[in-house]
Amino acid sequence: MTDTLTPVLSANWADPKAWTLGAYQRRGGYDAAAKALKMTPAEVMGIVKDSGLRGRGGAGFPTGMKWSFVPQDNPNPKYLVVNADESEPGTCKDMPLLMASPHTLVEGILISSYAIGVHTAFIYCRGEVLHVIRRLQQAVKEAYAGGHLGSNIYGSGFDLDIIVHAGAGAYICGEETALLDSLEGRRGQPRLRPPFPAVAGLYASPTVINNVESIASVPSILAHGAAWFGSMGSEKSKGYTLYSLSGHVKRPGQFEAPLGITLRQLLELSGGMRDGHELKFWTPGGSSTPILTADDIDIPLDYEGMAAAGTMLGTKALQCFDETTSVVRTTLRWVEFYKHESCGKCTPCREGNWWLVQLLTKFEAGKAVEGDVDKLLDICDNIGGKSFCALADGAVACVTSAVKKFRSEFEAGYKTPAWELFPYERSALFDVEGGAK
Amino acid sequence: MSVQTKPGDVVPSNEVTLFIDGIQVSVPKGTMAIRAAEKLGIAIPRFCDHPLLDPQGACRECMVEVPDAGNGRGFPKPQTSCTLEVAPNMQIKTQNTSPVAAKAQSGILEFLLINHPLDCPICDKGGECPLQNQAMSNGRGETRYEGVKRTFPKPVSISAQILLDRERCVLCARCTRFSEQISGDPFIALVERGALQQVGMYADQPYDSYFSGNVIQICPVGALTSTDYRFVSRPFDLVSTPVTCEHCAAGCQLRTDHRHYQVKRRLAGDAPEVNEEWSCDVGRFAFRSGHLDDRLATPLVRKDDVLVPASWAEAIDVAVAGLKKAGSAVGVLTGGRLTLEDAYGYAKFTRAVLGTNDIDCRARVASTEEADFLAAEVAGRRLGDGVTYGDLGAASKVILVGFEPEEESPIVFLRLRKAVRKKRLQVTAVAPYLSNGGKKLSATLVPCAPGGEAAALAGVDADAGTIVLVGERAAAFVGLLSAVTDFAAKAGARLAWIPRRAGERGAIEAGCLPNLLPGGREVGEGTARVDVAAHWGSGSLPSAPGRDGRSILAAAATGELKALIVAGVELADLPDVAGATAAIEEAPFVISIEQRTSEVTSRADVVFPVALIEEKAGTFLNWEHRPGRVTRVNRQAASPMTDLRVLAALADALGTSLGIRTPKEALTELESLGAWEGARAAAPTVPVAQQLPPEQGAFRIASWRQLIDGSRGNDGALDLLVTAKPAVARINAAAAEALGVTGGDPITIFGVDGDRVLPVVVEPGMVDSVVWLPGDLGVLGIKPGDVVRLTAGGVA
Repeated sequence: MTDTLTPVLSANWADPKAWTLGAYQRRGGYDAAAKALKMTPAEVMGIVKDSGLRGRGGAGFPTGMKWSFVPQDNPNPKYLVVNADESEPGTCKDMPLLMASPHTLVEGILISSYAIGVHTAFIYCRGEVLHVIRRLQQAVKEAYAGGHLGSNIYGSGFDLDIIVHAGAGAYICGEETALLDSLEGRRGQPRLRPPFPAVAGLYASPTVINNVESIASVPSILAHGAAWFGSMGSEKSKGYTLYSLSGHVKRPGQFEAPLGITLRQLLELSGGMRDGHELKFWTPGGSSTPILTADDIDIPLDYEGMAAAGTMLGTKALQCFDETTSVVRTTLRWVEFYKHESCGKCTPCREGNWWLVQLLTKFEAGKAVEGDVDKLLDICDNIGGKSFCALADGAVACVTSAVKKFRSEFEAGYKTPAWELFPYERSALFDVEGGAK
Repeated sequence: MSVQTKPGDVVPSNEVTLFIDGIQVSVPKGTMAIRAAEKLGIAIPRFCDHPLLDPQGACRECMVEVPDAGNGRGFPKPQTSCTLEVAPNMQIKTQNTSPVAAKAQSGILEFLLINHPLDCPICDKGGECPLQNQAMSNGRGETRYEGVKRTFPKPVSISAQILLDRERCVLCARCTRFSEQISGDPFIALVERGALQQVGMYADQPYDSYFSGNVIQICPVGALTSTDYRFVSRPFDLVSTPVTCEHCAAGCQLRTDHRHYQVKRRLAGDAPEVNEEWSCDVGRFAFRSGHLDDRLATPLVRKDDVLVPASWAEAIDVAVAGLKKAGSAVGVLTGGRLTLEDAYGYAKFTRAVLGTNDIDCRARVASTEEADFLAAEVAGRRLGDGVTYGDLGAASKVILVGFEPEEESPIVFLRLRKAVRKKRLQVTAVAPYLSNGGKKLSATLVPCAPGGEAAALAGVDADAGTIVLVGERAAAFVGLLSAVTDFAAKAGARLAWIPRRAGERGAIEAGCLPNLLPGGREVGEGTARVDVAAHWGSGSLPSAPGRDGRSILAAAATGELKALIVAGVELADLPDVAGATAAIEEAPFVISIEQRTSEVTSRADVVFPVALIEEKAGTFLNWEHRPGRVTRVNRQAASPMTDLRVLAALADALGTSLGIRTPKEALTELESLGAWEGARAAAPTVPVAQQLPPEQGAFRIASWRQLIDGSRGNDGALDLLVTAKPAVARINAAAAEALGVTGGDPITIFGVDGDRVLPVVVEPGMVDSVVWLPGDLGVLGIKPGDVVRLTAGGVA
């Protein structure tokens, strides 16, 4: 089954010092950019549109179409902002990509900026991952020295500056308008829309915000063509993507494969669940996407397949939990995360998550009372779809999907603590002392 | 689409028609759904929404269901009506018709209450609290929350007069948006995140803003309270009276709340055409000055050189004896506290009873040129004849000459700032430096030394869309008012004169000027005199123009005038305090009609105590000439006599009659007299005085009064006074270097009648050889435009 992998972004990760300009160029790095800068911007944008590339950050909006929303007659400068604030629980794709091959992103930014008409691009990188920020800064520095950035790139007359910006550790700054506020030096909180960023984003100027993986996919599309990209994946979800597998699997990690692969195939590639255990539930795209169960492992992991199953492809972060895991406990941990990361701007998210944590704690401790499951669902209903941005929708998605699929486990919380039903040491992957079990 | 339409063109409809709860409504394009619902009388609960603040969409309380956005498709989720712009044929269902909307709203209310302390019984807001009210109207009634509430130490003082209870806060961001969007003093902001989010303040600076009290009023819960009113009363025990603010010429509509005949607080009223829903902190907090130990309760009469209490009858006898002796050699000085009716009483008393034109209401720097300017450009007009607040919002450019809006007319400042933010109004300040208030208006500075305004103005572009605002300080500079009038006329621009005091505009209209009778009639105009005399039923009125304030004092000092009547004048406000004090001292006979003891009452021969503003009715005319009613709030006045009653009693005792005894009679008579409809005096054409630059080491004074200063009207408002801007001397870097001082160092200002030591602020943009000083310079015998010497050092 190994031939289901399609390493493109990850092809060079094992190269010696893959993150350096030299190593990147030995594999033909920046050839695609040189090719693109000889075309017209419209031609470049056309190729990206034709490829069917969709946003890899979660929502799956067609990338080329997003670019075309930028008004070309606006007198303000246009900006490209790369969202590298990867912090969705379970998600680990952009950070390894940037760690191993930051130049893939830099080249992608160069081509994308040329297509959109951008002369200043920003990489908003999650602040906690200092080593990645250093790799990015070094790569940008090398790219300037190598003539891939700066003025009159490749003699084309095109100028581009890239600014690497470190976030300060807030999940909400992955939300694109909160990211813009943070990038402008304010406290990261989502903005009212309209105006949309494409019209008035960073510094009230037209702004395109793309995920790292989306922009990093652009060089390969330019190098090999839209048809090549479209030959991979499914009908409406084209191309390859990075899946990150974690949890009770034998070999967790990043798997680059065409969209539409199934969890069954990915589990085969990763050696399956840990010995003696079986899959109980999993997230398709991080904790904000409704959970699925072992029954769902043959559903194609693409935008349409996941939507049909009542969930979302999200960031393709497949957290896999085996039968030793308490759904109640897992849900509580996730909601604790959302409570901590709620920006506080709107009432349902700020107060609702505060309440959910207290209620779920009662479930975990076996101290919930008859009717609390319905109360839990009602509170979720008062949060979901009522909040300012999608953060709270993600928070309630894990609760409502967990109750839907494992209601009896929650009802057990009326009497029995979760740690009695699912002794926690059994689901741990590591000993208290450290080291794998 | 063109925005210019010619007369006769069909104006394209800018209205959007939609349906709310099935009821059709048409509103202007761009209206938010919550406003459209209000138009139908449908109240959608809300916290963060405020019609004068930018939409926030944060509290989520105002959610409605939108089954059809006007395009045949609905929104899958409930929408916040405060951020939802209406569209043609949109269908909106509020809580009245939609269970989805009703559940969304009650769900949010439940969330807002889980961390709320529910301490309504001890909360100032209890009884007038939107959270309390809406929890009743749109909430569940019973809580399902059994968890732990978030708590904070309380209260936190965010300024000397504002306290914050973070537990009560619903984080609607009204206060922070007000401070940022409306007043431009963003010293408070939301900090932290999640349920720990809270209103925080800048670590180095308290929330000192002239408009800070508004955040208390717009807080939809009891999170922000005033030190002044905290735990003082319950709203349902208060009696509310709409009033017009007596502090400045803005004409703010306020609400005075009293209990047991004591004013407990004042709030901004709702006056969309004037102060919208805002007030400055002086109007809000400074209402205690009449209740201090210095309040006059009985008439006083000088006996053996000592003022002793006397009966009204005795005091009137003494006053009348003095006035009879003086004949028509009496000067009348009135001040800014007087209502239109009071001022009319003094103007009529002076002409019809005393038989002189020696009256002046300008207790400040004034000039004959200014009196002529007022006759030509200000007096005898009605609201709408001149510039209004609304016009400021529609202008393309506003030029400020001798006028610092934030300090001298704060509501004008808010209007200008709103227009700058919303309509890209251009503001040009002709001033010696760009003040902080100017910066908040994004103003362009046309720098000039005091006295150089006329020359500087000549280089400013103006057209028919321009409004020139000139302050009362312009009278300090010879030729400036003439030049400003000429400038505006030539450019086709509109001109407005904005005085500081609440009573000033009314006093001009009433005829408290040596050259003007009521209604803008000139003393020198024979038919005008006949007109007024006929109306009053008196004989001929004196035809010689009267003395102005300065001349009245000078004539009293020499004995040329045999008596003075002084009402509402603080000597400290006059440009030459020492001279004025000496004149009062030396005047043969002084009648003081006053509320509190003052430098005048202590030197008077007879003192009549009169009612406070809260104890009488009347009218203030604001700078627009808009009448604002003063309603009697307190019916248990310490002194039942008003200025009008005192004047009427004096007239009676003099054997004549004033003909008016009550404000109503005065206003009716003044209104039936009407404004002058004859030809108007020509504007003055006084040439600008040429001035030489100050000698090396000397400085020309630029000065204006700061909003919160030593004014006696602010007495008793202790916390308000703490928020006053400190008195400083501003000079530029070159001057500081020449003097050998840096910011914060003391310098000594050598006036004619004394010295003052002030800390230096180095103002980078200050014009060379100019020093800015705070406005109470009369005690030093100096005024704006004078040249003073400064030296480093001194002990304050």
